[in-house]
Amino acid sequence: MAAAALTGLGLAGARDGLRAKRFSARELAQAHLAAMETGRALNAFITETPERALAAADRSDARIARGEARPLEGLPIAIKDLFCTKGVLTTAGSHILEGFAPPYESTVTANLWRDGAVMLGKTNLDEFAMGSSNMTSAYGAVANPWRRTGDNRPLVPGGSSGGSAAAVAARLALGATGTDTGGSIRQPAAFCGIVGLKPTYGRCSRFGIVAFASSLDQAGPLARSVRDCALLLRSMAGFDPRDSTSVERPVPDYEAALTGGIRGLKVGIPREYRVEGMAAEIEEIWGRGVAWLKAAGAEIREIALPHTRYALPTYYIIAPAEASSNLARYDGVRYGLRVPAESLEEMYERTRGAGFGKEVRRRILIGTYVLSAGYYDAYYLKAQRVRALIARDFAEAFREVDAVLAPTAPSAAFAQGEKMDDPVQMYLNDVFTVPTSLAGLPGISVPAGLSAEGLPLGLQVIGRPFDEETVLRAAGVLEAAAGFDHRPSFLASS
Amino acid sequence: MSAVIEGRSGPWEMVIGLEVHAQVVSRAKLFSGAATDFGAEPNTQVSMVDAAMPGMLPVINRACVEQAVRTGLGLKAEINPVSVFDRKNYFYPDLPAGYQISQYGRPLVGKGRVLLDLPDGATREVGITRLHLEQDAGKSLHDQHPAKTYVDLNRSGVALMEIVSEPDLRSSEEAGLYLRKLRSILRYLGTCDGNMEQGSLRCDINVSVRRPGEAYRTRCEVKNVNSIRFVQQAIDYEARRQVEVYEGGGTVGQETRLFDSGRGATRPMRTKEHAHDYRYFPDPDLVPLVLSEEFIAGLREGLPELPDEKKARFVGAYGLPPYDAGVLVADQETAAFFETVAKGRDAKQAANWVMGDFFAALNRTGRTIDDPPVSAAALGRLIDLVADGTVSGRIAKEVFEAMVETGKEAAAIVEEKGLRQVSDTGAIEAAVDRVIAANPGQVALFKAGNPKVLGWLVGQVMKATGGKANPKMVNEILRQKMGA
Repeated sequence: MAAAALTGLGLAGARDGLRAKRFSARELAQAHLAAMETGRALNAFITETPERALAAADRSDARIARGEARPLEGLPIAIKDLFCTKGVLTTAGSHILEGFAPPYESTVTANLWRDGAVMLGKTNLDEFAMGSSNMTSAYGAVANPWRRTGDNRPLVPGGSSGGSAAAVAARLALGATGTDTGGSIRQPAAFCGIVGLKPTYGRCSRFGIVAFASSLDQAGPLARSVRDCALLLRSMAGFDPRDSTSVERPVPDYEAALTGGIRGLKVGIPREYRVEGMAAEIEEIWGRGVAWLKAAGAEIREIALPHTRYALPTYYIIAPAEASSNLARYDGVRYGLRVPAESLEEMYERTRGAGFGKEVRRRILIGTYVLSAGYYDAYYLKAQRVRALIARDFAEAFREVDAVLAPTAPSAAFAQGEKMDDPVQMYLNDVFTVPTSLAGLPGISVPAGLSAEGLPLGLQVIGRPFDEETVLRAAGVLEAAAGFDHRPSFLASS
Repeated sequence: MSAVIEGRSGPWEMVIGLEVHAQVVSRAKLFSGAATDFGAEPNTQVSMVDAAMPGMLPVINRACVEQAVRTGLGLKAEINPVSVFDRKNYFYPDLPAGYQISQYGRPLVGKGRVLLDLPDGATREVGITRLHLEQDAGKSLHDQHPAKTYVDLNRSGVALMEIVSEPDLRSSEEAGLYLRKLRSILRYLGTCDGNMEQGSLRCDINVSVRRPGEAYRTRCEVKNVNSIRFVQQAIDYEARRQVEVYEGGGTVGQETRLFDSGRGATRPMRTKEHAHDYRYFPDPDLVPLVLSEEFIAGLREGLPELPDEKKARFVGAYGLPPYDAGVLVADQETAAFFETVAKGRDAKQAANWVMGDFFAALNRTGRTIDDPPVSAAALGRLIDLVADGTVSGRIAKEVFEAMVETGKEAAAIVEEKGLRQVSDTGAIEAAVDRVIAANPGQVALFKAGNPKVLGWLVGQVMKATGGKANPKMVNEILRQKMGA
C-alpha cells in the first residue's frame, strides 16, 4: 500500500488494515515518520522519536502475527509535550524545563502504550498550555496546515494543543493527545478542521501531565473522525488512584455509542452564545448544525445559560491563580533550567525570568495578585462562586435537554502575529469553550464547513457529566451530515 | 499555678498559647508512599511527589488521617466530618513545590481540651482550639559546603499535626505541664513519638502580658522551640521583656521572634524571614476530606485507656492519691509496670516502691522503664517477702539495692546474705535482755514516762541482731519486759 494512502487512513481504518495484514505496523510507522520529515516546516513536533516508534511498531507486528493485537495495536500517534514520557524530553513548551527527561510516565500515555499505540514524538504547544494560538511556545510557533484561499500567510493552528492539531490535520499522525483547560483541545481542532474531545473533568487521569490549572486541566484526544476520538478516549480514560480528582466509574465502549441514532434527543441552543460581533459565517454554520440535528430527529430547544458572560473573567482569575501556585516548583533548585547567581533570591529571579516566557509571566502575576491578602475575596473567592453559578446554569439546562450545540470558536484561524498585542482579544477565542471547562463538562468540536476564506469552522457539542457517549453520538451525526472532506493546503507527502 | 510578674508599676499576668507541631507516626508520608524513618541517608526517602516533579499529584494517606482523628478523639475534640486541604505558598529551596499542603480554613479537628495535673493533685483544663494535618518541609543544610546550601528532602512531605491551644496557660510551669501532658496523650495513642531531640515535637509560643483582669494585649510569637526547658525559658524571658517595654512607656508590637538557647533570650526575626503573604487557597489537586460517622466511631472504639481515665481508675481502684496516680500514668510503660507490681498486693506499698526506690534506681543507673534494672515481677516478689514477714521493710531496701546490682531474685539474696527476719521469740528476748541490761539509764527514763526512749532501745536491739529482728516483735517484747 502506498505511503500516502497509509497516512490518509483514519485510526479505525488503519486498525482494520493492520488486523487484515494489508500492511505492517512498521510500514505504517515509517510512512508517518517520513511524513513528519516533510512536514517539519509546520514545527508541529518539539521532539521526534523515530527509533522508539519503529521498535514499538516491530513489537506490534509480532503481536499481530501471534494474534494478540490490543485495541490500538501498532497505531502511530503524537503526544502533546505536556505529558511526561519516561526518558523522553518533556518541555511543556518552556525553556524552564530545558533538558528535562522524566523518570516516569503519565497515566494517560501509559494507558495508550498498554493498548498498543506507537509514539511518533512530542508535539508543540503554547508554553505550559497557556495560549490559544501556539505563539507562546519557547520552541517557536506552529503553522496551521490550512491557508486562506489566495493568501499564503501562515495561520495559527489554535492552542494550546496546536502542535497536536496541526500534526493530525497534516496527516503526520493518525491521532494525538491534547489537554484542554479552557478550550485547548476544541479550539485548535476547530482551527485545523479535525475532531477534538475534552472529556468530563475526572474522566482521564492528570497524573504525569504538567499542570497548568489543576481544577480545569483534562486530557483528551484529537483525530480526524469522531470514531477515532472514541477509540482513543476508551484507552486514555479510567480511574487512577494516583489522581485524587479522577473518578472511579467504568469506561464504556465509546465506539459502540456511535449508532447514528439521535431521534428524540433534546438539543439546547444557548441564546447567550450569540455574542456581539460574532462573524455571520459562524452564526450561519451554527444554524446549519441545528438543521442537521433536526433532520436526524433531534428536538431543538432554546436554553438559557445566564451567567455565560462572566465565564471568561472567571476563568482568567481561577486558571492563573492555580497556575501561579503550580508553576512555583520551577525554581531552578532540582531540575530544568538554573541561572546561577550570588543569592538565593537572585537565582530564583534570574531562573524564572529567563525560563518563563511573557504570557506565562503575565499569568503568574495575575494569579499571584488575585490570591493575595486583601484581594482573595474580591477575586478568587468571587470567581469560585461565579464558577458554581455557571455549573448550575448547565445543570439546570440539562434537566431540559440532553446536549447543547454551540460554535467552538468565534472565528476561523487567524494569522500568526495577529491578536498578539492585546491579550484580551486573544482570550476571547475561548468564549465558547471556557464555560464548559468551568463546569467540568464534556465537549467535542467537529469540523462543519469552511469559512468564506476557505478555513475550517467547528461546531461544539456539550453533554452531561460523564455522558461522553451522547456527545460522541451527536457529534457523529453532525460529522456525517457535514460530510467535511476538505483538505488543508499542506498535506504531508511521504 | 499562675505566675505573677511583679513589675515596678504593679503585677502583670502572663497569657500563653502554644502551637505544637507533632510528627505523625506513620510508615509513609502524608501524600506519598515514601518512608519516614528518622536518620536515613539524605535524599533516600523521597518520592517523585515529595520532590515536586512536574505532573506529580498528592494522594492522601489514610493512615495519617486515622492518626490525626485518633489524636483529636484523645484530646476530647470535635472531629469535623468535612475538612479541606489548602496550599500555603512561599518560595524556599527545602519546599520543593513552592507550597506546603496544610489545612487553613477547615481543619480536621475542632475544639478539645487537655487536663493539666497540678502538683497539689488538682487539675486545670486547657482548651484546644484546633488540630490540622500538614506536610513538613525538607531540611536545608548550610554546613556542608563553604558557599552552597544542600537540601535533604527526606522530611519533605512527612505528616505533621499542628495542635493549637487556647491562650489558657498562665505560667511557664503550666506550659511545661501542658507539653508533658500532651506528649503523654500522643504517646499513649501512638500517634507521635514525642521525641523533641529528633524534632518530632516542635513548639511555637504565643506570649502576651496583661494586668490581672484586663483584656488580652498584643502577643508575640516565638518560633520553633524544641525542648520543654527552652519553651519555659523563652516564655519567662519574653514575658519579662514585654513587661519592661510596657513599664518603660513603650508598646509591644505583634511580631515573630526566635529563641536563642545559648543566650536564653528571644530576638526579633528579620522582617524578610516572615514577610510572607502565603496566598492560601484550596488545593485543587485534592478533594475535601469527608469522614463517615462509622469511620470515626471505629477509631473511637479502638482508643486505648488514656492518662486521665487511667489516673481516675488508679485513684478509684487502688486508692492512690491523685498526684501519685498522675505521676504513675504519665507514661504507659510506667503505669503498666506499676499495675504488674500492684496486682494482688497492697497498691499503696506498690506505688511507694515504684515511685521511691525504683524511680531512684532508674535515675541512678540511667536505665529506662523498657529496660528496668529490676523487673516488675521481681519487685512484686520482694514486696511479698515484706508482706509475709520474711524481711523487714528496712532490710527490703537493702535487698532491692542488691537486686539492682546483681539482677538476682530477692529470695536468693535474702538466703545468700542471711537476711531472713528473726521472728524467733527466744532469740529476740535474749537480745532485748542484753540491751536492757546494758542501758539501765534509758530504761529508767522510759519507766519515768518518756516514751521517746523506746524507739532508741528498739534501734539498739535491731543493731544487735544485725537488723534482722522483726521490729514489731522487738517493740512488743521491749514493752513487756520494761513493764509498760
